[in-house]
Amino acid sequence: MTDPAVPTVADWKRMYRSLWRIRYFEGQVQRLAAAGEVPGFPHLSTGQEAVAVGVCAHLTREDTLFTSHRGHGHTLAKGSDVQATFAEIIGRDSGLCRGRGGSMHLVDAANGMLGATGVVAGNLPLAAGAAWAAQSRGETTISVVFFGDGATGAGVFHETVNLAVLWKLPLLFVCENNGYAEFTSREEHSAVMRVSAFAAPYGMPARTIDGNDLLAVHAAAGEAIAALRHGSGPYLLECMTYRMAGHYVGDAQHYRSKEELAAVREKCPIERLKRHLIECGAKDAELDAIAEEARREVLQAVAQARAAPRPDPATVLDYVYSAPSLVAISRVIP
Amino acid sequence: MSETFIEILRRALDEEMGRDPAVHLLGEDVAAGGAFGVTNGLAQKYGTQRVRNTPISEAAITGIATGAALCGLRPVLEIMFIDFATLALDCLVNQSAKYRYMSGGQLAVPMVVRTQAGAAGGAAAQHSQSLEAWFIHVPGLVVVAPSSPLEAYGLLKSAVRLGDPVLFIEHKRLYTLKEERALDAELPQIGKARVARVGTDVTVIAYSAMVRNALEAADELSRSGLSVEVLDLRTLVPLDMAAIAASVSKTHRVLIAHEAVQNGGVGAEICARIGSDLFDELDAPVTRVGCPFAPIPFAPELEQALLPATPNIVRAVRALAP
Repeated sequence: MTDPAVPTVADWKRMYRSLWRIRYFEGQVQRLAAAGEVPGFPHLSTGQEAVAVGVCAHLTREDTLFTSHRGHGHTLAKGSDVQATFAEIIGRDSGLCRGRGGSMHLVDAANGMLGATGVVAGNLPLAAGAAWAAQSRGETTISVVFFGDGATGAGVFHETVNLAVLWKLPLLFVCENNGYAEFTSREEHSAVMRVSAFAAPYGMPARTIDGNDLLAVHAAAGEAIAALRHGSGPYLLECMTYRMAGHYVGDAQHYRSKEELAAVREKCPIERLKRHLIECGAKDAELDAIAEEARREVLQAVAQARAAPRPDPATVLDYVYSAPSLVAISRVIP
Repeated sequence: MSETFIEILRRALDEEMGRDPAVHLLGEDVAAGGAFGVTNGLAQKYGTQRVRNTPISEAAITGIATGAALCGLRPVLEIMFIDFATLALDCLVNQSAKYRYMSGGQLAVPMVVRTQAGAAGGAAAQHSQSLEAWFIHVPGLVVVAPSSPLEAYGLLKSAVRLGDPVLFIEHKRLYTLKEERALDAELPQIGKARVARVGTDVTVIAYSAMVRNALEAADELSRSGLSVEVLDLRTLVPLDMAAIAASVSKTHRVLIAHEAVQNGGVGAEICARIGSDLFDELDAPVTRVGCPFAPIPFAPELEQALLPATPNIVRAVRALAP
């Protein structure tokens, strides 16, 4: 009898496709950003995809997820529609947020993706609040928050960890430690190297794992989430990873050497899962076909998104308040 | 009606919690009644899951209230002093206020942040401020500033039922006040001002505790034959321009009075709006009474010297009067 918690080869292949979906998706974001089709400054998670896929594999639609400014991967891994996600990033009316949010403020409420945030660490207490709501209603859903190591420099990180432990919240903290807070290395921005070390004084269980190893992420997240669903209280999972892209699209990355960048490409999480699948007996051609399917899926979604209508400027005051009567404060002089 | 402002806030919260299981309270000491006793007894009645004590972590607890509101709770968060709202500003400004908009209407933040403001009794520079002007500058936030116990009762209940984040500002000078007036049968609509006293010569626009000063001033001025209309704004966002227009069209002379620092205050916005929308109605320049540009001092003599009060309004109205 197979253990449902242990993925089959078919499961790994599905996740392989998810990794490629994110990789190609962000490749298209990068390409169109360079072409001037993406307003603002999108942040790519290229190289960090295994964290998103490995954690989200354990989530239901009802579980809530909050992510950072680097959240395309988490959004797709949670199951959001590829076209609607891309349409939002290029500011279309068919986008998840009807073009009001963009890359840094993706929300897909029906899918439990409750928000990316442009303020580093700002998402942490929101996720705790979602966990409190579930706890108060006696639900078994959990809340997950993704954040970078840079967020540990914010006081609200420590406030939220303390509260989550005190209230025994069903909250999974997932730190994607990519070694950089924007352009500044961890050595330069934190006196504490291991993010998981912050959990100890609060008595919160925590682990540091290789975030580029999908198998390790999947196993660790599965264990943590199973415990969370049984009311064990919050858990911190630190995933050591590496941002293969710059901080934002267009970042010249003068703070990293060519050698550093070259070395990390060898750690690519997609290549590593591929090696595992080959060991399991999968053939190169089959895996290439999976990647090709993901590429086509993304290209088709991107084409649809680009063809979608732009928001109507006449709707710019929609959604400020619950009722139009409350918006009346600003009289727009014609 | 013989309840104090504090007691009637408690009654409003109790009734709303009894009516709607989504209403939850959180804040520093709230399970023990809070610093001013507003939530006394509610933890015993509704349990500590719905009346939650928090650490002194304004940034986190404001975020938690916001996240809970996104997920269907109706949290009422107590920020003990508005001065400490500085620590909650990131969440209020960047998250709570903008979630409905940024999500294209997918999500809402039905949350009330109760806080207490204003100067009284030597609380000094870090516990006496009137910072409401900061919040009226942020689209997405509703700002409510009740002027009396009965007003607070109705406005708090309406705020709890609203689908938007509300900053509910209670003036500490009003806390022990009682009012001889029956409760209104209907809850007030958020965004509607109230004529607190009918008059014909000059309009005084005020909110929060300053409405009482305006009414005192109107009494005094009536003895010398001046008829003053007092408009209690109740909510600063939305601003009831229709009510302001109705009063200004009658009196043609306007004074705006608030305890907050005059520079960049709520009065400046109202003044500008009257200037642009109602210029033809004016028989005199719009004037303001507000705090001089200084921190609130500690010593009673200094506090009294700085704070705008009834005599300031009396003098300002006399200078405006026909």
